[in-house]
Amino acid sequence: MVAMPTPDNSVLERREKIVAALREIVPGEGVIANDVAMRPYESDGLTAYRQLPMVVVLPETTAQVSKILHYCYAEGVKVVPRGAGTSLSGGALPLADGVLLGLGKFNKVLEIDYANRAVVAQPGVTNLGTTKAVEGKGFYYAPDPSSQIACSIGGNVAENSGGVHCLKYGLTTHNVLGVEMVLMTGEVVRFGGKHLDAEGYDFLSLIIGSEGLLGVVTEVTVRILKKPETARALLVGFPTSEAAGDCVAKIIGAGIIPGGMEMMDKPAIHAAEAFVNAGYPLDVEALLIVELDGPEAECSHLMESVSAIAKDCGAVTLRVSNSEEERLKFWAGRKAAFPAVGRISPDYYCMDGTIPRAKLPLVLSKMREFSEKYGLQVANVFHAGDGNLHPLILYDANKEGELQRAEDFGNDILRLCVEVGGVLTGEHGVGVEKRDLMPTMFNQTDLDQQLRVKCAFDDKGLLNPGKVFPQLHRCAEMGRMHVHAGKTAFPDLPRF
Amino acid sequence: MQDITKPRDANDVAEAIASAAANEKRMELIGRGTKREIGRSTQTDATLDLSSLSGITLYEPEELVLSARAATPIAEIERALEENKQELAFEPMDYGPLLNKTPGEGTVGGAVAAGLSGPRRIKAGAARDFMLGVSAVSGRGEIFKAGGRVVKNVTGYDLPRLLAGSWGTLAAMTDITLKVLPRAEDCATVLVSGLSDIRANEAMSAAMGSSCEVSAAAHLPQWPADRIPELNAPGKAITALRLEGIAQSVAYRKQKLEELLRPFGELGSLDANRSRAFWKSTRDVAPFAGRTERPVWKISTTPALAPGIAAGISTSAGARYYFDWAGGLLWLEMPSDKTQEGAVRTALAGRGHATLIRASAAARASAEVFEPLDPVRAAISRRLKASFDPQGVLNPGRIYAEA
Repeated sequence: MVAMPTPDNSVLERREKIVAALREIVPGEGVIANDVAMRPYESDGLTAYRQLPMVVVLPETTAQVSKILHYCYAEGVKVVPRGAGTSLSGGALPLADGVLLGLGKFNKVLEIDYANRAVVAQPGVTNLGTTKAVEGKGFYYAPDPSSQIACSIGGNVAENSGGVHCLKYGLTTHNVLGVEMVLMTGEVVRFGGKHLDAEGYDFLSLIIGSEGLLGVVTEVTVRILKKPETARALLVGFPTSEAAGDCVAKIIGAGIIPGGMEMMDKPAIHAAEAFVNAGYPLDVEALLIVELDGPEAECSHLMESVSAIAKDCGAVTLRVSNSEEERLKFWAGRKAAFPAVGRISPDYYCMDGTIPRAKLPLVLSKMREFSEKYGLQVANVFHAGDGNLHPLILYDANKEGELQRAEDFGNDILRLCVEVGGVLTGEHGVGVEKRDLMPTMFNQTDLDQQLRVKCAFDDKGLLNPGKVFPQLHRCAEMGRMHVHAGKTAFPDLPRF
Repeated sequence: MQDITKPRDANDVAEAIASAAANEKRMELIGRGTKREIGRSTQTDATLDLSSLSGITLYEPEELVLSARAATPIAEIERALEENKQELAFEPMDYGPLLNKTPGEGTVGGAVAAGLSGPRRIKAGAARDFMLGVSAVSGRGEIFKAGGRVVKNVTGYDLPRLLAGSWGTLAAMTDITLKVLPRAEDCATVLVSGLSDIRANEAMSAAMGSSCEVSAAAHLPQWPADRIPELNAPGKAITALRLEGIAQSVAYRKQKLEELLRPFGELGSLDANRSRAFWKSTRDVAPFAGRTERPVWKISTTPALAPGIAAGISTSAGARYYFDWAGGLLWLEMPSDKTQEGAVRTALAGRGHATLIRASAAARASAEVFEPLDPVRAAISRRLKASFDPQGVLNPGRIYAEA
């Protein structure tokens, strides 16, 4: 288990005073200070980690958020922001000596602007709620993480969420136009708007995916797109995962960017089929779902090209959806893969590395070795188009040592992802979960530069500490520059 | 004469910057120097010539990824991509024609540092949207890397995207990894002629709000339209909408788009070859090329506000203009050598941002080249600059006086 920073007794001793001050800012039920009522906030989607916060505060206005942060900044109190609490990396894990700042009451769509194809929403609006607000006119918000019914737009900004369609339509960072944000000092600032690109530095790029370490987002402007005319899916079974991987590479090599391209391995196929009866073939090693969207003429043409490529790569089963109902059925198994695996194992641990796609066979074979080493089963679902792998490690938390073995297994997988040229996390975030693995991907200089950026936003290190970065340094130390005096300038560089 | 240092590799760059920091020297970063006349006029003590850092280091078409040293010419990258029927989908514009320089000379590092994007910005995204990873040297003289070589990555802050558009003020990029995409097999452009700015804006909005997957939308009033030879329709304003994809799809969507636009005005079209030439001219601001004494402004705003802003500046300053990005990008040329900054900023009124792209050094010294920031953003910009470059070694003052 990853250790959180030691609670600061000087803050805990002031708890009564802090709670009272917060009640001054947010009246009524907006401040929760008793243990029973705070229980729902003790964990997010990474349920192995639990911690009751010092106090929960649920503001309703940007002005309240500003006052809360201003107060906490002045008093040296840590703050953990929380959206819908669906993070799979522990991004919203509370701190014993910290205020948990919930944005759940920021749940309104503020403006729908079809002429400029933009929606302005409060951060607590769900991802799907954003699409629901505009689907009557045939529009949608493109990023669609599988938790989209529950997860919030603000949380999507914090984690730079993806989804099954991001190969073609991009991640959150490609679909957000602007934010209103409150800095740890309480200052309110706007970055972007309905226009494109930034004046000066592109702060949006920093804020999206910053895991709640740079500021608290209080409003989000996203771009919306018109729904494609049609979407059709292919369900293709392969005798080996190598053949399936080869097929993915050839589809992209042929210049086709499908709306979605997902792969499942045998254990995942079996679990999903047993759960939702999607009609998946059970005698294949790998299953590929390829979705093509656009005008009908384009879809049917690309369908033929993809089918030909699949056959060429040794596909043993191939089905094309002939109705919207059938397309949704193909997806039903994939979308239910996590709960399906949840049914066959008391607990599972979901990983999120990304690899260069060509390394898939190597990574899968190594994973089988790890599986034997740790004595734990693993099922794989894979955003095949962009190389984002979700191994689900099956374990039983009630069995002595299994959680630790699952975590060790997961860490081995992530180290392997980095070794083959990939990264620790594709879309779930570093959070608490992968914090201590950061040095496998970044050296100290790399991490120091990131920490200095953090200091530019939060000089006291009060916003969501203990997440993302393995070591905390005081910003004053980070800012120092060691100059080697007396060194001659450019001793062996060519000069002109 | 100014000291010029020409590093051979990233270690040289680190040593040069560390040394400059130790000696309190300020450096101007250049690749091939094609955009030196953009930005605030700055005083530096030395030039860091990065042009030796050139060459593609990794290209895997099936993984949609390409890495290159920062000063690799864009033209070299585009040639390599073309051989595999791929492209840089953000369609980086070339400032060569506008600044009266040889076209096609820019580098990938320069394109990224200046945040260059072309007409496809509205569909495919900006240069930063294709940044996967970077290796760079900070103003401390430290080599750091961020991002990776895979498309989906949320490990740590997105510094590669941040460096895009930072004009070399945060770090000297040495290696860049970009996402690349398949090049469309076919393209066509639907034209509507004779529309007013407001009506054209409505037509572009209707097209963008359709399922036709328009990949570029521009409106050129008569004067700039007359200066794009591919249009061959003198005396009329032209609204142009591009469709790209496989041939069957382009043909189908063209028909659909024509149906949608018929009520707006007289229709015409450009075939694939003329489309490519037209959009290149539009991308590179060909209508305003040549007259280098006349300041050119670039405005990014909410598309629907653009006609009003253009009319305001045209009335008060006599500017010529045209719209790209479905109205969201406004190019303006001033009638004399005066920048007319007051007229531009008054008309925009903070609803987006205006950048003075072309102006004499003297004019750039007396105007704010980039959109002025409110105090909170200005302060955080200074802190961000200091987090990379505490002593102000790298391109100091290129964007703002303190950054």
